[in-house]
Amino acid sequence: MPEPLVTAPTPLLQVDHLKIEFPTRHGTLTAIDDISFSIAVGEVLGVVGESGAGKSLTGAAIIGLLEPPLRIAGGQILFDGKRIDNLPAEKMRRIRGKSIGAIFQDPLTSLNPLYTVGRQLTETIRTHLDMDERAARRRAVELLQEVGIPGAAQRLDAYPHQFSGGMRQRVVIALALAANPRLIIADEPTTALDVSIQAQIITLLKRLCRDHGMAVMLVTHDMGVIAETADRVAVMYAGRIAEIGPVREVIKHPKHPYTVGLMGSIPTIGHDLERLRQIDGAMPRLGGIPTGCAFNPRCSEVFDRCRRERPNLLPTGDTKAACWLYDAASEKRAVETAHG
Amino acid sequence: MIAFIIHRLVQSVAVMLVVALIAFALFNFVGDPINNMVGQDTTAIQRDQLRADLGLNDSVVVQFARFVGHAARGQFGLSYEQARPVSQLILEKMPATLELSLIAAAMALLAGLPMGVYTGLHREGFIARTMMAVSLIGVSLPTFLIGILLILIFAVVLGWLPSYGRGPVVQLGWWSTGLLSVDGWRAVILPAITLALFQMTLIMRLVRAEMLEVLRTDYIKFARARGLPNRVVNFGHALKNTMVPVITITGLQLGSIIAFSIITESVFQWPGMGLMFIQAVSFADIPVMSAYLVLIALFFVVINLVVDLLYYVVDPRLRINRDAAHGN
Amino acid sequence: MAIKEGATDAGLTAGASAGLLRGAWRSVFGSDLWYSFTRSKITVISGAITLVLVVSALLAPMISPQNPLDLSSLNLLDALDPPVWMEGGSFDYPLGTDGQGRDMLSAILFGARLSLIVGFASVVFALIMGVSLGLIAGYRGGIVDGIIMRFADVQLSFPAILIALLVDGIARSVLPHDLQDQIATYVLIIAIGVSGWVQFARTVRGSTMVEKSKEYVQAARVIGVHPIRIMLGHVLPNVTGPVMVIATIYLAVAIITEATLSFLGVGVPATQPSLGTLIRIGGNFLFSGEWWITLFPAVMLAVLVLAVNLLGDWLRDALNPKLR
Repeated sequence: MPEPLVTAPTPLLQVDHLKIEFPTRHGTLTAIDDISFSIAVGEVLGVVGESGAGKSLTGAAIIGLLEPPLRIAGGQILFDGKRIDNLPAEKMRRIRGKSIGAIFQDPLTSLNPLYTVGRQLTETIRTHLDMDERAARRRAVELLQEVGIPGAAQRLDAYPHQFSGGMRQRVVIALALAANPRLIIADEPTTALDVSIQAQIITLLKRLCRDHGMAVMLVTHDMGVIAETADRVAVMYAGRIAEIGPVREVIKHPKHPYTVGLMGSIPTIGHDLERLRQIDGAMPRLGGIPTGCAFNPRCSEVFDRCRRERPNLLPTGDTKAACWLYDAASEKRAVETAHG
Repeated sequence: MIAFIIHRLVQSVAVMLVVALIAFALFNFVGDPINNMVGQDTTAIQRDQLRADLGLNDSVVVQFARFVGHAARGQFGLSYEQARPVSQLILEKMPATLELSLIAAAMALLAGLPMGVYTGLHREGFIARTMMAVSLIGVSLPTFLIGILLILIFAVVLGWLPSYGRGPVVQLGWWSTGLLSVDGWRAVILPAITLALFQMTLIMRLVRAEMLEVLRTDYIKFARARGLPNRVVNFGHALKNTMVPVITITGLQLGSIIAFSIITESVFQWPGMGLMFIQAVSFADIPVMSAYLVLIALFFVVINLVVDLLYYVVDPRLRINRDAAHGN
Repeated sequence: MAIKEGATDAGLTAGASAGLLRGAWRSVFGSDLWYSFTRSKITVISGAITLVLVVSALLAPMISPQNPLDLSSLNLLDALDPPVWMEGGSFDYPLGTDGQGRDMLSAILFGARLSLIVGFASVVFALIMGVSLGLIAGYRGGIVDGIIMRFADVQLSFPAILIALLVDGIARSVLPHDLQDQIATYVLIIAIGVSGWVQFARTVRGSTMVEKSKEYVQAARVIGVHPIRIMLGHVLPNVTGPVMVIATIYLAVAIITEATLSFLGVGVPATQPSLGTLIRIGGNFLFSGEWWITLFPAVMLAVLVLAVNLLGDWLRDALNPKLR
């Protein structure tokens, strides 16, 4: 059944059948179970899902910073057509920050409190680019200007705690941009910020993306951010992709019942609006993922096959959804079960 | 920053006053100071005379003020046991204790710090695990036991090093040093190791714990995500951030080295303040005990102040904004 | 021991220990803790060693070959016999004898017994004192809290051994000479206990302050129940884990402190030698070659403290995964 999921002729990043596991005392748990997606050059892919769905792990796996005992147990990750998931640590380090940048959730804790912003910028620049200290400082000022920090030249020698939360996240973005990466993994970049500042940061990200032709993998649980920023969106549930497709299509016509619930807006025929507003129950813990479709205990459309077999992504028009509702064969069976 | 230092100074003075109060209470209310000073055949009149001379009839507040005044000038009266001024006794013994303590402190720091960093970075490694296991034994062995084992091995069985005393000393003004001769150095090795071992394991475990804590933080993860080499992340970013708590505890540990020298000095018959104190305890020599107490408190207070000043050097948040002092 | 302020205090402490016991029972056999105990080999071994040492020390009067406290049973002709495997040793004295012909094995068993008794009693003393003061400081707040915690701060800046020495020294000068030997052991327990209350108090105080601000405490006041009574039920379960950890770790410290004080000659009376006393006495024979008089008690002490320390380490890790 595995088939390559290529959406653009030359994807910048391609994740194929990625599987992430970690051992526990109850046996090995699978945190990410066979997910595949790709990101094209200059494309913004939103990854959305509840906490614990595996969004951040996927990001960590791509930049090679999974923390043991978590480990990649299967599949591969290709960047620019070359495998990066099995690179030696030192080679992967050279890619991190240079070709793939990262932005973390909490700007308050992402910066080393004991070093000036300028020092953290220049050390990053000089790690990846062949520059002397003066050139690196010049570039640091330019970067700070670019992310919209007023008085950049004077702020270079300030310590992180002298910046506000929003300004610190701008510094973090500047750090991610330091070596002009082609892809940025942004893990909940606005979650820790005030709402008014969130919008500014999102605008900034969009502009930088356009100006530099950067691709972004935007991990968030905020559908609003995705709607505003992303080209395509992947909806994750319990370590798998439930639905993936162009953002407009997924929002307007969600196919997977989970996505439908997530949008909480567009009713499908035969269901009352009240029930759609929220999804009953909670996402299963990793140890307790049911057989068949992981969503089946909470799904209002569940039928027999959902409890037995796990659906892979199936094409549903412009998007793909991992749901048996969209399998021609099971549709018939669904009708049969419904009749008796 | 000046306000902060003044604040700390006031606190230090408060601590010293509390300690002085305890010492004063010891001095005046534990036993009868007159009985301790005079012989059996002294008459009641002579006793009353002495009482008046010593000001023991004044109010407690006046007596305490006088005690503090004297203490500030280093006067703690006469030792009951030796009938000599306590200040003179202490001054005589202090160089021995300080030399031993400083050498032990240097040993503990120079060995404990790198070992802590190593075990923090390679915590699953065989060497690191072995070091941790050995360190637990180090923590579990009482200081005096380590001393005795060292004597057994290096003095009795191997006969390499002396097991007691300070070796020959040279007077430099009022300071007597044992560090100007080979024999003096030989004499200091075993006691210094004994005194250092416990602190070394403590520093090592502390540095390790702090390293592990810091290595988990977001800014370390972010530093790795920026592609910085491991060397820079571990020894630049991580190590520097462990320094704030490490300085605190290490500072306090250095203070307790001086106090712990009581045990080491008594194992090795090292003629320092600790040996003097333990003799004072067994003879209930209150003036010596209270003077020692005040002196140790003074050491601790001074060390605490130095530690606070060091924070400013290490942590920029304190230089600008004191509220962040208790964050990591 | 620490109860001297009438019914409220007594009720408070009794309630406290009952709560602690209940909590301890739950935590010990709560599946996670038990699981992590059985999983770590070192922990199981140290648990077993601790158990064996404690049992054999408690049964010392029954199992030891000789009563080392009974001076009439000693035979000076047997003095300074080496252990059984060395030339001149005999099975009568498997670990040799000391300068008075005392059987070392018996002396060590009795010494360990005394060390353990003093250690446990000191921990109980420190625990009761610390938990009570912590509760009072946390509940009353204000000046009471200020005074108690200021004292704690000052005491914390000195090593425990110094505090214990000081308390011991003061007691020596206050108490009449003829009484000293009889009550020396109690003085020692109090001295070691006083030197260890601060950690308990800090933990309990913090937890009390958190609980105090909660609504049920206000509600209790409204319905006329003394809030302390209700808080105990809530505070103590919260602090059971940390208090158990502190108690275990402090047991090791207390045993070391007792041994050190006895080694320095200001601990238990010489007529009732603890491990520390034995080591001190043995030290005099080191240079004449009778190493066993020092070494065997020393090994016993080290193994005992190490086993307790390992248990404490494990307990801390098991109850607080963050510290791992």
